[in-house]
Amino acid sequence: MAGLSIHPFPARMRAFQNLFNQLDQVTGTKAKVQALVDHFQGVEAGEAAWALTLLLGKRRRRLITGRRLRDILRDRGGLPDWLIDDCYGQVGDSAETISLLWPAVQECVKASDPDLPSGDGDMPLSWWMDTLLPAISTRSDDDQANAVIWLWHRTPLDQHFIVNKLLTGGFRVGVSTGLISRAIAEAFDLEESLVVQRLMGGFEPSAERFRQLTACATADEHRSSGTPYPFYLASPLEPDRLLETSARDWQLEWKWDGIRGQLIHRGSGVYLWSRGEELVNESFPELVEVAKALPSGSVLDGELICWQQDATAPLGFDQLQRRLGRKTVGATLKRDCPMRFIAYDLLEHQGVDIRQQGLRQRQQQLAALLGSIEHPESWRLKQSPSWSIDSWEELETQRNQARQHNAEGLMIKQAESPYLSGRKRGNWWKHKLEPMTLDAVLLYAQAGSGRRANLFTDYTFGLWTNAEEPQLVTFAKAYSGLNDAEILELDRWIRRNTLQRFGPARSLKTELVFEIGFEGIHPSKRHKSGIAVRFPRILRWRRDKPADEADSLQTAMTLIENR
Amino acid sequence: MIERTPEGLYCRAAKAWVDPWRPVPRALITHAHADHARPGCGEYWAVASSEGVLRQRLGKDITLHPVAYGEEHWLGQCKVSFHSAGHVLGSAQIRLESEGEVWVVSGDYKRDDDPSCDPFEPVRCDVLITEATFGMPIYRWQSGEQVAKEIHAWWSRDRSRPSLLFCYAFGKAQRLLAELKAIGVEEEVLLHGAVETVTRHYREAGVPMTPSRPVSELPRKDPLEGRLILAPPSAHRSSWMRRFKSPQTAFASGWMAVRGARRRRGYERGFVLSDHADWPGLIQTVRDSGARKVYVTHGQSDVLARYLREVEGVDAEPLDTLFEGESD
Repeated sequence: MAGLSIHPFPARMRAFQNLFNQLDQVTGTKAKVQALVDHFQGVEAGEAAWALTLLLGKRRRRLITGRRLRDILRDRGGLPDWLIDDCYGQVGDSAETISLLWPAVQECVKASDPDLPSGDGDMPLSWWMDTLLPAISTRSDDDQANAVIWLWHRTPLDQHFIVNKLLTGGFRVGVSTGLISRAIAEAFDLEESLVVQRLMGGFEPSAERFRQLTACATADEHRSSGTPYPFYLASPLEPDRLLETSARDWQLEWKWDGIRGQLIHRGSGVYLWSRGEELVNESFPELVEVAKALPSGSVLDGELICWQQDATAPLGFDQLQRRLGRKTVGATLKRDCPMRFIAYDLLEHQGVDIRQQGLRQRQQQLAALLGSIEHPESWRLKQSPSWSIDSWEELETQRNQARQHNAEGLMIKQAESPYLSGRKRGNWWKHKLEPMTLDAVLLYAQAGSGRRANLFTDYTFGLWTNAEEPQLVTFAKAYSGLNDAEILELDRWIRRNTLQRFGPARSLKTELVFEIGFEGIHPSKRHKSGIAVRFPRILRWRRDKPADEADSLQTAMTLIENR
Repeated sequence: MIERTPEGLYCRAAKAWVDPWRPVPRALITHAHADHARPGCGEYWAVASSEGVLRQRLGKDITLHPVAYGEEHWLGQCKVSFHSAGHVLGSAQIRLESEGEVWVVSGDYKRDDDPSCDPFEPVRCDVLITEATFGMPIYRWQSGEQVAKEIHAWWSRDRSRPSLLFCYAFGKAQRLLAELKAIGVEEEVLLHGAVETVTRHYREAGVPMTPSRPVSELPRKDPLEGRLILAPPSAHRSSWMRRFKSPQTAFASGWMAVRGARRRRGYERGFVLSDHADWPGLIQTVRDSGARKVYVTHGQSDVLARYLREVEGVDAEPLDTLFEGESD
């Protein structure tokens, strides 16, 4: 049997498994960082690069889908389809479900030698990821099923989960990018912010790339590349902390309901990054075009938003949604959903990183910069207004005006604050409008996945139609808003009040009413109810309300008209 | 022979309810867990070794008829006997025979070795009412011995801080003490008050366990480094935990077989140890019983019933009860 000279789990693979176990089994931040530091220092660059890629969860390409692995288990193992589905509903993760089910079938499944690439005994993680697993993924049908079964037979039981995870991708270990950056900084004696910066815009699993990531800082690292700075994020307002300061030390801005972005013009060209670290040049060509009018060496932080040239307020998020993820943008779309970049901040000016300067100073330079642009479409590139108030008493009045500006609320920024990275509380607060609300009836429930597996945590809600005999029609789904005790209580209620099962979903007695909050509401052809809401979530369980007193579609329509 | 009334599972021939969930004149009790033994009944029938815990939980003055495993009792027109269920100390399956027909109510049971209680006894019957707490093929247990070794390794690995192991106060905790004893651990284990009260009854019944004492007997200043402490899950993240400085935490339960279930509860480690039957155990029990009809109660009743029907070819259906099995 060619290829069987490899032991499936040699030492180097075992090292990654150990790292995974440690990260999975400790809850303390310090212990997690230490486990990462030890690993990154202890393995070769190529191995560290793969570990990092997997931990970051950035690998887009799946080698084999979880669905396919489940099918192989069903076809070869003889377990009924519904049983595997029910188990999956309980576990919430394909790779884990399969590893738990394998012992039930292993004795009756056979595989012949699939003639896979062979290794010499201690093959690195990179060999698994670059050679062995891709070789399995490119096979088809029976050939592939055979290869997968062969691999399962040769993998020790306690390693099944990780092997299946490597095959299906979607590796979530419970370590944030921030934690990983901190560990790399600590392991290679670098500034954490530099590591975060170098990780922006993606990482490729090669030894070369890992060496670059961990190399000493160079003076002009930024000037020639399209790398964005890490975004600084605001935290929800903590009134007690704010009110003890003087209102004059702060400034207010509208919180626009678009997509946060970073617009870069450097020697190598224009780069438009979304907060999700995605390069979105192709979706917004008119912004890229205008940005060429910026002097090279400029980096702006702002909001991508649909806004007509002569309008005083932007269009809703539903318009922006039409432009997302497009490779090409037609003339109609450009006309109906015209883009602007509303700049909040200037991070790099004349090729110099100015993030440590005070906010007021940065914004003055931003104003001067935008004022100097000469371009027929310079209206697309505007500074977001900022102003100050004399006392905190005016704050709520200001916030209430947000709706007529089509803004989500206010940003409250310390006037001298530097531009930090990540969500560091204290300097930047967001203060959103109170959400709109409707009381809706719980109609369906489905089990969550991951931490919420085996609990009913995904809920669908309905409103009454206006017909003579009112019926409930689905209007929103919500996944959050209840506390743990309420989730458990509701879970029990759901199990006892199920009417029908549709695969993993259950229809329920129409009895419970919840107050649903949301940020925006607009007409929609795609939804049966004719309306769509933005960011729906549960505000509270209306135990006081019987189902027939829940709101109707008509009430929802009134909200749309009063927008 | 058995019907479901608002009070619970009723046997007309014996004029008795099995594990009723409301007060009734006569209750036959499979075991002393709270969802099976409820207060307020006229008289209770249960296995003698469960008496201590039953009286502690339901009141000293309950009218109790202690029986021995296998002993036959006539109640009205019905022959009643109790057979070991291997779940906890004094747990039983209840066998009811009348007019030539035999029914068995399993209560909660497991088939794995457990040094803290009598082993499961397969009972033949015409109709079986079985639990299904872990009625999915993802649930398969390792031996208690194996798990005890893992727990011991976990406890021994970090002696610089206390090791808090959460487990059900009645049954699981004592099984852990007995499993540790069985692999040769003699070091004293500390107990939360709720665990201590039940453990006393096990010691009185002569179950061999590692030495233990209530954590409350130690001076409050004692940092308890390197000590193993058993506590019920309700104490996790409660004010009781302030007593311990940066403990490592773990939960011993069948639910720990699923990673998400452990992470949701916020324990660092999960040890897969259950006092309920795993999937192979449930299937084996149905086969051993030879029953022509199976009712499946609490847990994954739909899944197990459907599998029995479609794959095993047994007439099976779910039966709604208020039993909860190994609760979350």
